[in-house]
Amino acid sequence: MTAQQLLADNIDSLQLSPEQQLELFAAIEQGLPLVAQPYLAIAEEIGATEEQVISTIEHWQEQGMIRRFGLVIRHRKLGYVANAMVVWNVDDACVDDVAAILAQKKVITLCYRRPRVLPDWPYNLFCMIHGKDRAQVIKQLDDMCQHSELAGIDKKILFSNKAYKQRGGKYSQASASGN
Amino acid sequence: MDALDKKILNRTQRGIPVSEQPFADIANELDCTEEQVINKLQHMLDDGLLSRFGPMYDAASLGGAFTLSAMQVPEERFDEVTEIVNAFSQVAHNYKRQHRLNMWFVVACESQDEIQAVLQNIEQQSSLRVYDFPKEEEFYVGLYLPV
Repeated sequence: MTAQQLLADNIDSLQLSPEQQLELFAAIEQGLPLVAQPYLAIAEEIGATEEQVISTIEHWQEQGMIRRFGLVIRHRKLGYVANAMVVWNVDDACVDDVAAILAQKKVITLCYRRPRVLPDWPYNLFCMIHGKDRAQVIKQLDDMCQHSELAGIDKKILFSNKAYKQRGGKYSQASASGN
Repeated sequence: MDALDKKILNRTQRGIPVSEQPFADIANELDCTEEQVINKLQHMLDDGLLSRFGPMYDAASLGGAFTLSAMQVPEERFDEVTEIVNAFSQVAHNYKRQHRLNMWFVVACESQDEIQAVLQNIEQQSSLRVYDFPKEEEFYVGLYLPV
């Protein structure tokens, strides 16, 4: 289902027309204007009221379509240059427990279960740590593994050497162009 | 970056209120003025510390199909294979990582079929195996980088 279809399916519960919803979707993707009343500014742009814009965005958040309304920081510029993927070979029966422990750790920014590809790749739990340098990431991981059930689990750290391509998701454009 | 910059950056990473005056709400929490919040955020945008304010979409709920893929690329072919992989508009991120599997990339498409077609194309063009690691379960997503 494309973003357009998803938006169109939900119009009954919203006050904006389908066209206005698409315009709102595209407008907020460009970024929120940095003014005292940013939702009013967007509302004026798409010919809606501030209340309609706010309630539509709230609705999208409730639906889980928008996880969070925040800011995109350039983590390298803030000194977070050590981007490590840590992969774990966790007994299938314990994945939920181990993931719950990892998800509580402040340094972990993502935690997903993915399939093993045997015999080449035995790891089934993937997480990310964004650190300021490699030594810090290794220390954080060592500390994490000392006092928990993580100690005995086979794992590997894959540091990135270089980002060869990085682009954020552009959903309204991707859907419109059929990419 | 002063103490207020750091407080604003840490606070706004967690999300911006969807309210009539979101920056005034943040200012109240941080004990500063609305104008300070806006000016400092504008400054961070101008400096390139922030790329934009906006929604973090849940890609899956928008109907996309995604996977993480990896390849074992011989060092002498790395540039050539990078070119092949990055030429696909569906490839979003591509990182060189320290491992036998040394190329890791995210493929974002509209459907599972399209994902499989892209991966097969990459295999054909590079004559290398593509390992596919689709997400089976998401336990945590919370990119929060305190400053």
